[in-house]
Amino acid sequence: MTSTWLADGWTVTWRNMLKFRRSPDYVVFAVLQPIMFVLLFSQVYGGSIRVDGTNYTDYLMAGIFGQTVLFGATFSGFGMAQDLKDGIIDRFRTLPMSPSAVLVGRTNADLALNTISMVIMILTGLVVGWRFRGTVVEFLGGVALLLLFSYSFSWVMALLGMLVRSPEVINNAAFMVLFPLTFISNAFVQTQNLPGPLEAFANWNPVSALVQAARELFGNVGDAPVPDVFPMQHSVAMVVVGSALLLVVFVPLAVARYSRTTGR
Amino acid sequence: MPIIEAEGLRKTYRSKDREVRALDGFDLAAEQGTVTGLLGPNGAGKTTAVKVLTTLIRPDRGIARVDGIDVGADPQAVRRIIGSSGQFAAVDENLTGLENLEMVGRLYHLGIRAARARAAELIELFDLTEAGDRPVKGFSGGMRRRIDLAGALVIHPKVLFLDEPTTGLDPRSRIALWGVIKELVADGTTVLLTTQYLEEADQLASSICVIDSGRVIARGTSDELKGRIGGHRIVITLVDAADSEQARLVLARHGDGEVSVGESGRDLEVPVRSGAPALHGALADLEAADIRLHDAGVRRPTLDDVFLTLTGHRAEEATT
Repeated sequence: MTSTWLADGWTVTWRNMLKFRRSPDYVVFAVLQPIMFVLLFSQVYGGSIRVDGTNYTDYLMAGIFGQTVLFGATFSGFGMAQDLKDGIIDRFRTLPMSPSAVLVGRTNADLALNTISMVIMILTGLVVGWRFRGTVVEFLGGVALLLLFSYSFSWVMALLGMLVRSPEVINNAAFMVLFPLTFISNAFVQTQNLPGPLEAFANWNPVSALVQAARELFGNVGDAPVPDVFPMQHSVAMVVVGSALLLVVFVPLAVARYSRTTGR
Repeated sequence: MPIIEAEGLRKTYRSKDREVRALDGFDLAAEQGTVTGLLGPNGAGKTTAVKVLTTLIRPDRGIARVDGIDVGADPQAVRRIIGSSGQFAAVDENLTGLENLEMVGRLYHLGIRAARARAAELIELFDLTEAGDRPVKGFSGGMRRRIDLAGALVIHPKVLFLDEPTTGLDPRSRIALWGVIKELVADGTTVLLTTQYLEEADQLASSICVIDSGRVIARGTSDELKGRIGGHRIVITLVDAADSEQARLVLARHGDGEVSVGESGRDLEVPVRSGAPALHGALADLEAADIRLHDAGVRRPTLDDVFLTLTGHRAEEATT
């Protein structure tokens, strides 16, 4: 039945996309929230935060991208938990479909949602004066890298969603863990300005590596020296390897979990 | 060969502080074209049995076969020939009725065009036309249930599993759903359904398995099961509850078992071997004792009586 995973995966993707279209929550997340973040951060902090060698709007955008794709991935956890709760997973599991299709459809749809957010953020960024200073290829590479990370992290969240089984818990946990994680990073400020322990944490924080990688590819780094820790020095490679590792570990785990899970 | 078979199924659920043996030596054999009803209270193991047979969970021990296929060894082959509808309508709120059914058809690998055509057919068949093009969100419980049931019939399944198909439905929807199920059965579909409604098993099932504590404690047709506890029941309703004790003594004299007295003190009931003569005698004595009656009659035992006799507790008040 391995030949059906593509078709089945597409069917579930189609179903998830229909859901997106019909629930306003997703539209708010995918369209309004990115616009709001870009506008708030660039206009409110833009005048007060100084970054060496570049303007704050340029510096900021990679951070907002990173934050948005990170939170975007949590939709996969939320979606799996919700489907379990609604009993749809039980319906799927009695159908002769590929066992990976529900997860493939979930993560595909969430990738599509994140891609839409990205495009909207990019447009909003350009409107408020953001410019990427590298080549177009590097720019596209940066976008691809952010989406790759988001996709990989989606699988982690999908597994979590099946383990936790409560959409509310997933939402709260995402907020409690990911919010501090993005704020104690280089997403919105330069880490060398943070107090000692926070600076160390921020420099090793995977979110920092993600943001640093995007920032490098967008040519928005500025003059400040890159913190002398391995993940920051090799951020692009770290994100590629890290994302691949997440997939290698979590795709099989999530599929195995799915094959044994039942609602209620 | 039976089309649904289960032998010695065992399933224990463990949580931190306790173990629940949901199935404990569960055996079942259902012939093609029949309707088998699993009847039992909440927590008796009905849903677990269905979940094993529909490939959702693996038993700790025992073997289950559908159409000769070992459910544990080749679940995908089983999934290709069964339809199932769970206890809670598993429909997607944000999709329309048509889209829900199209999705299921596509996942049965009918192809998009055939899935769409079948979805339209089922919407028609289940009288859901006004609901076909609107998201399920706004539908009543009965409508959702029908969409879910339609989902179980997207292919013409060899075996249909229905887990408490009418739980939570209003009486009108329930009777409508019974009609749908009866039509399917008339067309030759083999059905396994679970229910905690005695009347439902009576209405739909040609063969009933009474389940308690994870195993089948009795099986047979509705009439056979009723026959097992034998005879009839004399039932009387008094005008005045003050006559209760006196009436009880009269019934005890004519009956063949313990007289049960309802809470109001006005409803009395006693099992008898043969109804009419006993009723006759009892009525004469009640009149002689000047006890006025609202109502009196003979009834055949219900499945509720069967359950009470077999398990010592009533089906509906059983704890989970």
